[in-house]
Parts: sequence; C-alpha cells; structure tokens
Amino acid sequence: MSTANVDRSGGGHAHHFESAEHEFDTSKFGTWLFLCTEVLMFGGLFVAYFIFSNLFPETFLEGSKYLDWKFGAVNTAVLLFSSFTMVLAIYYAQQNNNKKCANMLMITFVCGLIFMVIKYMEYTHKIEMGLLPGDMFAFQGAESSNLGLYFSVYYMMTGLHGSHVIVGMGLILWCWFRARKNEFNSGYFTPVECVGLFWHLVDLIWIYLFPLLYLID
Amino acid sequence: MSSAADTSKNYLNHEKGLWSWLTTVDHKRIGIMYMITVLLFFAIGGAFAMLIRLELFAPGGTFEAQVYNQFMTFHGAIMVFMVIIPGIPAFLGNFVLPLHLGAKDVAFPKVNLMSWYCLIVGAIISFISLFYHGADTGWTFYTPYSIQTDNGTILLVLGAFVMGFSSILTGVNFVATTHRLRCKGMGFFQMPLFVWGLYSTAILQVIATPVLGITLLLLAAEKIMGIGFFDPKLGGDPVLFQHFFWFYSHPAVYIMILPAMGIISELITAFSRKVIFGYKAIAFSSVGIAAVSFFVWGHHMFVSGQSELAGVIFSFLTMLVGVPTAIKTFNWVATMYKGSIQFQSPMLYALGFLFLFTIGGVTGIMLATMAMDVHFHDTYFVVAHFHYVMVGGTLMAIMGGIYYWFPKMFGKMYSELGAQLSFVLIFVGFNVTFFPQFILGAKGMPRRYHDYPEAFSFLNSVSSIGSWTIGLGFIVALIVIIHGLLKGAKAPDNPWGAKTLEWQTTSPPPHENFYTDPVVTGGPYEYR
Amino acid sequence: MFWVNKAHASSSIMPPQASNFAGPVDSLYDFLYWSSLISCILVIGGLVFFAFKYKRKTANDSTAYISHNATLEFLWSFIPFVIFLAVFAWGWKIFYDMKRAPKNAFEIHVVGQKWYWDFKYKSGKKTTGTFKVPYNKPIKLIMTSRDVLHSFYVPAFRIKQDVIPGRYTTLWFTATKLGTYQMFCTEYCGSGHSAMLAKVEVVPEAEFEEWLSDDPYKGLSMAEVGQKVFTQRCIACHNNTAEKKIGPGFKGLYGKERLIVAGTTLKDGKPMTVKADDNYLRESILNPNAKKAKGYENAVMTSFQGQLSDNELDGIIEYIKQLK
Repeated sequence: MSTANVDRSGGGHAHHFESAEHEFDTSKFGTWLFLCTEVLMFGGLFVAYFIFSNLFPETFLEGSKYLDWKFGAVNTAVLLFSSFTMVLAIYYAQQNNNKKCANMLMITFVCGLIFMVIKYMEYTHKIEMGLLPGDMFAFQGAESSNLGLYFSVYYMMTGLHGSHVIVGMGLILWCWFRARKNEFNSGYFTPVECVGLFWHLVDLIWIYLFPLLYLID
Repeated sequence: MSSAADTSKNYLNHEKGLWSWLTTVDHKRIGIMYMITVLLFFAIGGAFAMLIRLELFAPGGTFEAQVYNQFMTFHGAIMVFMVIIPGIPAFLGNFVLPLHLGAKDVAFPKVNLMSWYCLIVGAIISFISLFYHGADTGWTFYTPYSIQTDNGTILLVLGAFVMGFSSILTGVNFVATTHRLRCKGMGFFQMPLFVWGLYSTAILQVIATPVLGITLLLLAAEKIMGIGFFDPKLGGDPVLFQHFFWFYSHPAVYIMILPAMGIISELITAFSRKVIFGYKAIAFSSVGIAAVSFFVWGHHMFVSGQSELAGVIFSFLTMLVGVPTAIKTFNWVATMYKGSIQFQSPMLYALGFLFLFTIGGVTGIMLATMAMDVHFHDTYFVVAHFHYVMVGGTLMAIMGGIYYWFPKMFGKMYSELGAQLSFVLIFVGFNVTFFPQFILGAKGMPRRYHDYPEAFSFLNSVSSIGSWTIGLGFIVALIVIIHGLLKGAKAPDNPWGAKTLEWQTTSPPPHENFYTDPVVTGGPYEYR
Repeated sequence: MFWVNKAHASSSIMPPQASNFAGPVDSLYDFLYWSSLISCILVIGGLVFFAFKYKRKTANDSTAYISHNATLEFLWSFIPFVIFLAVFAWGWKIFYDMKRAPKNAFEIHVVGQKWYWDFKYKSGKKTTGTFKVPYNKPIKLIMTSRDVLHSFYVPAFRIKQDVIPGRYTTLWFTATKLGTYQMFCTEYCGSGHSAMLAKVEVVPEAEFEEWLSDDPYKGLSMAEVGQKVFTQRCIACHNNTAEKKIGPGFKGLYGKERLIVAGTTLKDGKPMTVKADDNYLRESILNPNAKKAKGYENAVMTSFQGQLSDNELDGIIEYIKQLK
C-alpha cells in the first residue's frame, strides 16, 4: 500500500497529502485531538477526586499521611527531567543528528523506568501494610472509617497514569529503534514530535497528581 | 497517481483476496468492512428484539425473567455500541467523507483500519460474556445492581470500553480530515451538510467517549476490587455513576442522530433537485446541538435523587437543544418547496425520517418537561420516544444512505420496486410497533418489564405484530441489496443527478477516488 | 390515521386521576399534546403537501433557487423557543410543588428490597405489598432501599421517585379519590423487577385510623398467617404449586430430600442431601446462601433476618408444611 512504505529521506509523503509539511501538520493536529481525549479520560477521575475529597476531607488528609512525599517528589523530578530530554531528542532529530536523538530517547526511557521502579516500591510497601483499595482495605488502626475510598482514588489515578507511562515508554522505545536506523531528518521527525507531545501530557498529569495525592496538608 | 483514463480499475478490484481487505487502509474498503460488520450486528441485535417482543406478546412467560433480561441487555448494548454509533460515521462516513471533500483518503488511514479492529475485538469480548452467565444489567449498567450481579457483566463492560477506542479513533480521524484534507476551493461553507454532521459528531466522539471509557473502567474495577466509588458503604454514591454514564451517553445520542441529519440534507436536496434552504442555519445548528448536548445529561435523572436545582438547569438546557433541532426540520421541509421531487427509495426514507423524527422530537419536548417526565420516566413512553428518534431517525437515514450510495459503492443498481416494498413494510411496521408504546407508557407501563398486568395486553400484542412486520421489511431489504450486488444493472456515475463531489467520479470510484484532483468553485447544492 | 385515534383517546390515555398532582400534570399534558399535534400537522402536512404539489414532472424540471429567508428562519426559531420556555416554566412550577411536602404531612417509611416493598407507620404497624393511606390528607413517603436502586411509581398519582440504598429520598401526595391503585417499581432491579408491585389503598380517615391500630393477624390460624405472609413476601419468587418460579415451588417441598450443591455451610464444596424439615426451611429463609439446592445455584434471595416476626416465621413454615 502506498502509505505503508513511503520514502521519507527526501521530503516524501503519503499519497493523500500535498506535501511533507501538510502531513506533519495533520499528524500533529491529530495527536492534539487524541490528547484531548486523554485529558477528558483523566478528567473523570479528577472529578471523582474532587467530589470525594470535598465529602470526606479528613479521610483524604489521613490517607495522604500514609504516602511518602519524598518518593513522590523524586518521581516528579525524574519526570520533569525526562520531559527535558524528550525536547532535546526532538531538537536533535530536527538537526539530522539521529545518534544524539537516540541517546536522548534512551535517557527518557530510563527515566520512565526509574519512575516505574519507584512506583513499584511504593505499591508493594502499601500492599504489605494492607493499604488497599475499597473492600480489600486491611490496614488496622485507620482513624477514618472509609480510608479504603482514599486508596481507591489513589490506585485508580496512579494506576491509570502508570499505564500511560508504560505505553509512553513503549512508544519512546519504538522511536529509539527508528532513530538508530537513521530514519529521522529535518524534513521528517513526526513520530518523535508526537510521542513527545504524549510524554509531556503524561508528565503534566503527574504534576497535578503529586500535590493532590501526596501534599494535601 | 494511476493513469488518467483507465476506468476498468476501481477500488474493488484494485487488489484481490481476503487478506488485501483485512489489511487495507483504503477508506472505501474499510467503509465496506464496517458495512458488513454493522449489518451483521444489526441482524443479531434485531433477533434479540424479536425475542423481546415474543415474550411481551401476551402476559405470562415464554422465557424466564433472567433470560429475558439478557435479551433486553444485549439488544440495547448491541444496537447502541455496535450498530447505531458506528453505523453512520464509521460505515457511511468512512466511505463518503473523503469523497465529499475531494480527498484521496482520511487523514490517518492506518488508524482508520485500527479502529475497525477495535470494534471487532470489543464485539468479540462482549459476545464472550454470553458464555459466562451473560449480562443482565440493561445497556446502562446502573450501579449498584451491575456491581452485585453476575461477573459476565465485566466482559460486556470491557467490550464496550474497547469499542470506545474505535469510536474515538474514528472521531480523531474525521476531525483532522475535515480540517486538513479539503480539496482546492472547498472552504468550510462549501462542504456538504453531511460533512458538517460528521464533523460535529466527530467532536463529540473525541470529547465524550473517553469519559465513558473511564466510567466503564471504574465499573470494572468496582466489580473486581470493590473500589467503592459507587458503593454507599464506603461513602461512594450509586447516583454518581449515572452522572458519569450520561455525561457520555447523552452526547452519544447526538453521535447517533447528527450524521443522520446530515444524510437527510443530502437526500432532500438531491431528490428535490434544489438548493438547501438555510445552509448556514443547518450547519451551525449541528455544531450548536453538539455543544449544548454536553450540558443536558441530567435530564435522564429528574427522579434519580439529583438536586432540584440541577433538574431545573438541565430541563432548561434541554429545551434549548430543541430549538436547533426544530430549525433543521423546518429547513428540510422548506427545501422541498418549489422543488422537483422524485420518489426514489432514498427519498422515501428521507420523508419517513422527517415523519418519524417529528414525532420523536415533540415527545422529546414532553420528556424534557420536568413534571411530565416524573410521570413518563422509565415507562414505555420513553422506550417509544427513543425508538422514534433512533430507529425512526438514525436507522431510516442509514437505510436511505445505503440505497443512495449503493450505486457509488458497488457500481450497480438495485431493484427500485423491492427497495420501495421494504420501505413500506419497515415504515408501517415501525409505527404499528412503537406508536402503541406511547399509549402504554402514558398509562403507566414501566420499561424493562418481563411481564405485565392484563390491562396492557392488547397494545402489547399489537406492538409485537408490528415488530414482525419490521423484521420482514428488513429481510426484503437484505434480499434487495444482495440481489443488486449479484444481478444489478451497471450504475451510471451519477444516477441521481446530484451535485456533490462523489458523483463526479466513476462508480465505483478508483483507488485514489478521483482521476484528476477536484477543484470546487461553488456550494454543494447548486441546482439551478 | 393515528392522529384521529389519539385525539379521541386523549382524555382516556392517561390513568385515572387520584392525587392532587394528577390534575395539574394532565393539564400540562393536554397543552403539550395539542401543541405537539399542531406542530406535527404543520410539519408532516407541509411535507406531504409539497411532496405531491412539486412532484417531478419532466426529467429536466427547473426549480426555484431559494437559499434562505432571514425573517422566516427567525420566526421559526423564535416561536418554538418561546413555546419551549413556557413549557419549561410550567413543568418547573408543578415540579416545584412536588418537591415541597406540607409540614403537617403524614409520614410513612418505605423500604424497597428485591423484590417487594415494606411500609412502616409511626405507630409501629408494618405491611408489605399493600399499604393504606387516608383520603384527602397530605402523605409524605420517606424511602430507602436495602440492596439496589428501585423506583416508586403510582401512575394514578403521577408521582415517581428513585429509591437509593444508603440514602433517603422523599415523595409526597394527597390522595383525592377513594380506591385501590397499582404501584410499580420503575428502576430495573433484576429478575423480579416486573413482579415488584404493590397496591395503595385510599380509605376514609376513620377507617384508616381503625386499620392502623389493628393487628393484621388477629384471629388467624398459624397457616393463615403463613398464607398472608406468602402472598406479600414470597410470591414474587415462589409458587404455592410445585412449579419452579425464580425459587422452588412450595407444594410438596416439606419433607423432601434436597440435593445441596452450593452454599456457605457446604464442606469442601461436596454436594450433600438434606431433608427439608423445619430447621432447613428456617435456615433457608433467614440465611438463603447457607444451602443452595441443585437448580438454584445462581438464584438470588436476600435474607429475611430481622424482617419477619417469630409469629410470621412460624406461620410461613406451617403454611409450606400444609402445601402437600
């Protein structure tokens, strides 16, 4: 099929676009639309968060005390740094420097990995303590009767976010492979650009999650 | 580009073999694949409807309540998620949108194929649930019933979640296509009104569907882990689910009807051979309906226990949606004034649409009126109302659209007589089935009842007899389509004398849609 | 034409008017009905008229080129808008009254449970399936659910309200006509949804007072007490014949050998046979999930623990015993 194998080295483009630039703009536009759906999807959880934290402020205050803000802060820093390296990856792709682009993508990927490892440590610690969502809540000594609800919110929000981090890491790895094959150039870097947009959104959502869940005080 | 004059090659014989279809990224072929799947799902959903009417033919039981409830659930879920939502955008829209715009394809052809696979995977997951005790929640999955019932529901919920991706990806694709791929000379106001309908729909799909996605995920998590969002024991709220659910599902109603309205604009102009009356009013009312539709979800919940103030606001905003809808109807009728009207089967479906949609519309206003809705809510009046809008509206438009674009899709004509016969059967059968349900509802018969008091039996029998007539009508329609495919006469490029771009290319169109890049110089309905 | 038939039926299509809300709601309905009918006639009539008047005559008919008409379009946007606003305000006015019970309203507690309705009066009287209200006195229902959503709907009163677990919702009305009226559950609640019915009896106040202080089982034998309990609480899921409904039929059940294949008291999930004696029946009523017989593994029954008095429990067991 004509769209499947387009030679991108000399400003080539899929048959239904007028030019490579037209294709790039359209892809970016499509990515922004998809990000809208992501925002709305998380939006549902944020709405639930605000409803429940308004109804049960003490529960949420108590719940946030069981989270270690240091872990959250480190993760925030890691993700912010990874957004920076992502921007650099796009920059190098635009400069026709596939090697540096690939390196930056790898650093971004490793940052995602660090984030997930820290998340894993947090999760296992809480699961051992019995700080589980809803019905499964088994921690003894909670003051609020429905502390499980706070942890439902916590696991749903961070879980959905974490699954996005994993998907983002997969996409970054895919770009990394393509950069290693020298596929990007100043006329064609659409995948890095669009994955970058996605990664910034994932980062941005965490920047909201961190204070909402860890820093209620 | 293919060579300019070779008309023996078209998108159907461009490549051969099943594999070339399953891996195609051609919007026309994907449209045809959607056609086959949607019609298949429609047959399954229709069979469930027949079983429902069989049970309700007379008081007393043919099936057990539990079995009936599964029929009712699967009828609803299949018809909503697998037929009516993908029916127009993904099937007719896919085929027609790039042709209407003078484009060679949609913006993201591979994503387009992926969205078809999402629908298939989601549908398979949903159907698997039938083997695990099925689901008996109704298509609305209201909590806490859905949390407490059998776990087969989880599969149906996850199936609907996956199908949501299909809808989102189609939406993203269509918005981008409309913005970026219009041919030379086609500004927004030179676009056919079907494109406006699809465009408004696509915006709704992009914005509303993810909220359904998260709602269904929460419901699944609630069933698997008991997260308590909708469970009063943990301080959650079962009514919160309804808010979440209708925040998507009300705009979804417009996902179903807006593109149908677009098709009607095409049909009325083509068969009246007349410029559309009030192009901009119709175009903007599509966008207006889409915008307001996000703020009316609470009209499903006047008696649910939501606050009184919320009820008042939602009732008011719902009335506002009525205005652009009324404008469209008047404009269509006005378009016929001093036209040259031909009663081909697509036009019959368009007229049928106007007839039934008007009744659906005025009963919608009744339901938006708070005190009236207190009486009608969750009775057969509501069932009749939304069937008049969804079947009488959307399905009529789908049928009209199939007959209208059939010559373009397959390069063949169907039997006009057969198509008209199927229309008469469907139209009459529809009214016989659903009009009595208004009366049943007003008399107080609740919906989702497996059995009913003797007093309701006569009208229910009438309704069941009507359903068989509809069934017969669709069988005739299917025969007409298959007969047309196999034995139909060769179709001319423009059998209806219509002015939009798809009729300016060959029937069926070539792989790249047009032999020379089209250039638009005027509006889409310049009949003079 | 349906229109003629429907117009004819206009007054009789709605249920009898038996509450203070029925009149106002029906006036609103009449207005909506007539304005809808007129709009339908205008639109559909115009459609049919144009369709025949401007039928295609030759293959090359020339048509008028009318792209828009600002005045006309303004009018047919503005007029519906005004009508819709009027209807909205009218609907709101009645709804406003529905939401505000008079302070002196007589309160009755209503509890929905799969699949029957309990009614509790302040005097301590409890009924199921049927309840009485005094004529011409404002009544306020304070409602909740023990399991899933239900909805309380009396068509003749034109009132409806969802019943929600973990929360109270209310409803009020004044019954304006003596008689017995059907009440439905209108929020889907499972296999017994369409059997979750109740009756409202509107009686003169004096009769109501007398009934309120009356013992419902006075002078009844044990089996008669059981029969009464059966028709109120069991009939949604059980027959008093041997035929299976949602649960087993009661006739001939007593003394039978039951093959138990599921349940919380089953050791290692191994099936066992149990004789349906008094203790088995008692356990099955109070703790239905303890022993589930073959054929009913997936049937749902909610516990009656704390809902039946000893007198009622003895009565229903005695009643089952006598169904041979």
